[in-house]
Amino acid sequence: MTASVRAKQPETATLTVDPAAPEKQWPDQVYDVLKAAGISQMSYVPDAGHTTLIRRFSADPEVVTNVLTTEEEGIAIAAGSWLGGKRSVVLMQSSGVGNCINMLSLPVHARFPLLVLVTMRGEWAEFNPWQVPMGQATEASLKAIGLRVLRAETGDDLVETVAQAAAMAFDADQQIAVLIGQRLLGKKKW
Amino acid sequence: MTLPTMDRRVAVKKLLDARDGALVVTGLGSPSYDVHAAGDRDDNYYLWGAMGGAALIGLGLAQAQPQKRVMVITGDGEQLMAFGSLATISVARPKNFDLIVLDNQHFGETGMQSSHTGQGIGFDKVAAACGFSKTAELRSLEEVDTLCEELRRPADGPRLFVLKITAENLPRSLPPRDAVEVKNRFRAHLGFATC
Repeated sequence: MTASVRAKQPETATLTVDPAAPEKQWPDQVYDVLKAAGISQMSYVPDAGHTTLIRRFSADPEVVTNVLTTEEEGIAIAAGSWLGGKRSVVLMQSSGVGNCINMLSLPVHARFPLLVLVTMRGEWAEFNPWQVPMGQATEASLKAIGLRVLRAETGDDLVETVAQAAAMAFDADQQIAVLIGQRLLGKKKW
Repeated sequence: MTLPTMDRRVAVKKLLDARDGALVVTGLGSPSYDVHAAGDRDDNYYLWGAMGGAALIGLGLAQAQPQKRVMVITGDGEQLMAFGSLATISVARPKNFDLIVLDNQHFGETGMQSSHTGQGIGFDKVAAACGFSKTAELRSLEEVDTLCEELRRPADGPRLFVLKITAENLPRSLPPRDAVEVKNRFRAHLGFATC
């Protein structure tokens, strides 16, 4: 696959958003979608954009969470989880994608389902020039090692994209990264 | 002073003969050959790459299968690439996770270059400092027999054992390189579908 894939077919999604709770913001909706997809393990290197997901999963007794020393650990943990019959998600920032490249040969070659959510830096209102090189290389690097890459720039699009990415990862043995645009995350506050 | 070392194949065979239902993950290179030489089985997952991944695959597996014991068998070079994993595993604190480091103090697959473990880095000490529930360095097959008994007993956290093995390249016993097949048969062993 050479081009970014966007979720354009809502009928393929397993999205179930409670209409009685319209005040929910996208981070909580993404959590709901991942729960509906049967995720029972979450591994992460923290990022501000993942704050809600980290808090929700950490408070969830049905989910095992792992804080990582470096992002590629999460790729290997997710493979082990699938070997043992469970579904895992890995959360990281775009700077962590570079740490993962060789470890991604494991899910790509062995066709382990993989779902990674990547918060983007270095692409929109970025104040830190050190974030730009890896941010700009993130999508190309993931594609080069063989992942499917999807992007979302709005909350609604993200919720839908994560839902269908989870279905595609776990039902179709795909290795998928969902890039969460920095435009959605907003400018970092100091 | 040269300290004693043990035969890696004999040591691994002892551990596997006593595995008692344990699920096994192997690090790339000689540890995969050692485990394969003891007998190919559906409940072995062999790595041929993804250096630094063995212990963490074992962690994910241990968390997914808390009722089964997981034994990771890897080499010093492979574990050196996952130095931080000892912190992650210790914090995760699985009670069904044992990490066996076959330590010949060299990168055997690439020409026997000297590794860190021959120069003062002891994984048993590192793991103990991280908070593993039990760690030790073993230098004889008799100690491995004792370890096999130890491994049958319940643990209250992850355990790591360094087996100081002789630095030699034994005839290779090659596991299947089709990682999809090895994955699927491993999952089938646990009763899970292919996809």
